[in-house]
Amino acid sequence: MDLRPSIPAMLRFTTLRLLSFALSLVAASIVIFAVIEVIPGDPASYMLGLNASPDTVAALREQMGLNSSLILRYLHWVSGMLHGDFGTSYTYRVPVSELVSARLWISIPLAIYALLLSTLLAFPVGLIAAARRGKPTDIGIMGATQLGIAIPNFWFAMLLVVLFAIRLHWFSAGGFPGWSKNFWLSLKSLTLPAIALALPQASILARIMRSSLLDTLGQDYIRTARAKGLTRGQALRRHALRNAMIPVLTIMGMQFSFLLAGAIIIENVFFLPGLGRLIFQGITQRDLIVVESAVMLLVFAVIAVNFLVDLLYAVVDPRLRGKS
Amino acid sequence: MSLLSVQNLSVGIHGTPILRDVSFEVRPGMVFGVVGESGSGKSMTALALMGLLPDGAETSGQATLQGQTLLGLPERQICAIRGAEIGMIFQEPMTALNPVRTIGDQVAETLIVHGKANRSEALKIARQRLNRVGLPAERFPLDRYPHELSGGQRQRVMIALAIALRPQLLIADEPTTALDVTTQAQILTLLKSLVQEDGMALILITHDLAVVSDIADHIAVMEKGRIVEKGPLETVFRNRENPTTRKLFAASNHAPQRVVRAHTEPILEVRDAIRIYNPSRRRLFSKTQGLRAVNNVTFSLKRGENLGLVGESGCGKSTLTRAILGLEPLQGGEIRAFGTPVGPRMPKSQRAKIQVVFQDPYGSFNPRWKVVRLVAEPFHLLENAHLNRRERVAEALESVGLCADDMDKFIHEFSGGQRQRIAIARALILRPKLIVLDEAVSALDVSIRAQILDLLADLSKRFQLSYLFISHDLGVVRSITDRVLVMKAGEIVEEGPTEQLFSNPTHPYTRQLIAATPRLPDDLKPPHADSKGTA
Repeated sequence: MDLRPSIPAMLRFTTLRLLSFALSLVAASIVIFAVIEVIPGDPASYMLGLNASPDTVAALREQMGLNSSLILRYLHWVSGMLHGDFGTSYTYRVPVSELVSARLWISIPLAIYALLLSTLLAFPVGLIAAARRGKPTDIGIMGATQLGIAIPNFWFAMLLVVLFAIRLHWFSAGGFPGWSKNFWLSLKSLTLPAIALALPQASILARIMRSSLLDTLGQDYIRTARAKGLTRGQALRRHALRNAMIPVLTIMGMQFSFLLAGAIIIENVFFLPGLGRLIFQGITQRDLIVVESAVMLLVFAVIAVNFLVDLLYAVVDPRLRGKS
Repeated sequence: MSLLSVQNLSVGIHGTPILRDVSFEVRPGMVFGVVGESGSGKSMTALALMGLLPDGAETSGQATLQGQTLLGLPERQICAIRGAEIGMIFQEPMTALNPVRTIGDQVAETLIVHGKANRSEALKIARQRLNRVGLPAERFPLDRYPHELSGGQRQRVMIALAIALRPQLLIADEPTTALDVTTQAQILTLLKSLVQEDGMALILITHDLAVVSDIADHIAVMEKGRIVEKGPLETVFRNRENPTTRKLFAASNHAPQRVVRAHTEPILEVRDAIRIYNPSRRRLFSKTQGLRAVNNVTFSLKRGENLGLVGESGCGKSTLTRAILGLEPLQGGEIRAFGTPVGPRMPKSQRAKIQVVFQDPYGSFNPRWKVVRLVAEPFHLLENAHLNRRERVAEALESVGLCADDMDKFIHEFSGGQRQRIAIARALILRPKLIVLDEAVSALDVSIRAQILDLLADLSKRFQLSYLFISHDLGVVRSITDRVLVMKAGEIVEEGPTEQLFSNPTHPYTRQLIAATPRLPDDLKPPHADSKGTA
């Protein structure tokens, strides 16, 4: 019996994950569609205002395809999305895909930027804390991360604005010039929001990293490594780190999803036209088609990130490769 | 001339003395056995020599390896000695290897960290070492991961990485305690050949006198951090001058006194039991049969009988146990206890009739519960059970040799042996007639094990208990059971009265198991071994 995880095993693992990825998307699209359907309020009458005659509303409903059956409308929506057609916004009167993609060009770079900052900060900090367990460095780091989690990020964002934009004039206080106009300035304008988003995430991640490393350092194979002649530091880097990554990856996956959709407040503080603000506006204006599409995109992003995390698990841990 | 010389080694951890004035010498090519109960300081001695003591340990005394001092060296220097001059292997092969790195990588690392080879050379040498320990390239390529290997194979990898740089001294800390008898025999043979062919010295730490008698030249007996007796194996074994040595011998040969009450009425009947794992197919288009963990097993257990079930790990013992406890369904056949069928959906009243004691005295209790709650837990199987709960718990604790006041303590306040007594109290509280003992004494020291075996024999007499005693330890099974079943690959291959089966095994597998069990050679017993053994 050959138990070795060969390339076919990894391939099977990936295929099965892909399958579950696709099924999750289908399930999510049905739920989103159903939820939007049961929300009270008629988009047609909302668009036309209070004084619109019933005939006009009926005509608009017809034009928007609101009168056809549920299943037809669902299939229409899904097939449209598969072709990149997300419908037309009721309020803006422009294709939703344009609206959303413009926002995504801010939200995705911002989320990646924040995640990068958070990881770059959290990994060394967690590693140092674990290596200096119980020593003043560790206690100091633990206190600082506690503070980092406790501070609300919008308040921290405002502090950043006061210090770096108003006092020091290093950054602008808000707004976004656009990538095509000025790349570096655009990146710069995302810096403060990214820092504000990254700090609490980095604090959480550093703590997870530390405790996961400490768990791993207590394992028998670390003792084996030490008996081979590895120093404490070598054992930590060569044997503990990779084993400690599984819980860290899980948290990172969750954080990316949060950063993508959860940045509404930060987007407001810095006047960034991101996806969070679009959804917020969509909801208040009952622009259901925008909400529907944007939420679907977020779901897609979350599931895609989880899929990636699953694949990374298997890269990190050979024991997971043979299993589905 | 000695290879390793240890003089007056003392270790304290936060002021508590752990080792006191330990002195011994090891010559090249010698097998030096260190025996004693757990907590006697055997492992601490090894860790002190390796410089791997826990934080807060203070060491005094001297230890030299070929004139080079070992104690109190700065990290860099001791790291250069560890793995290169002294190799070490440990008890738990299942967890001692890094699960995310290949075996070749882990063996090669020993060479790489010491700067003795670059990566490709190191892998070549790793290949040779793995061949040397009996893991040939065809079946065990370098890119295998630990989880693809059995416990015995992992222990071989451990040995390969410990001998990668051909150290002059190998320290083996209970290297075979977690292994089956047949695997244990193979590993011991391998260690012996490393000493004989490669001229390495070996320090073998074990609690098992039979294991050292098989392999060691010299031994040291430890108790409470001291060496109480040492010398050539034959002299120590024959003279047994120190009371600790005599106590160890008595405990390892211990057979509790039992009264055999042969009833004919069966209380547990297993008929044609079949248990298949993964009966569903894994892939879409290929039919897989699943694993038949228990295959057509039939036996019965009579009232008052102590029935043993032996076999290697993976033979289906534990699966059968879970089916008997009604925790898992059968795919064929049936199990009846006290005339009523057993299964996952059996009523609580039926469940109350069979209780169980597991192997791990540490993992089988909720650490946040007090003993009274732990012991009273089976009461949820009965109605109106909260009536006089504390009295019942007190009674159960007293019957296992603890006192009633212990019920308000937490489990961490007890030793391993006491915990196993609490586990037995929990099994007794419903006054069952049948107790399943699943490796119940396997994790215990020889002398604690002897006490628990006595307790079990005594309880069986007092409460007319029947036991189904599951173990891989043939010696223990021989001492406490009336009848034995031998299980291999899901089937019962031999069955018979204990003494008859052990003295006259008929199935080749039983013979193989008995032959692999290490035994104290008869010629090393003192003239009046029998009188001393039972004293």
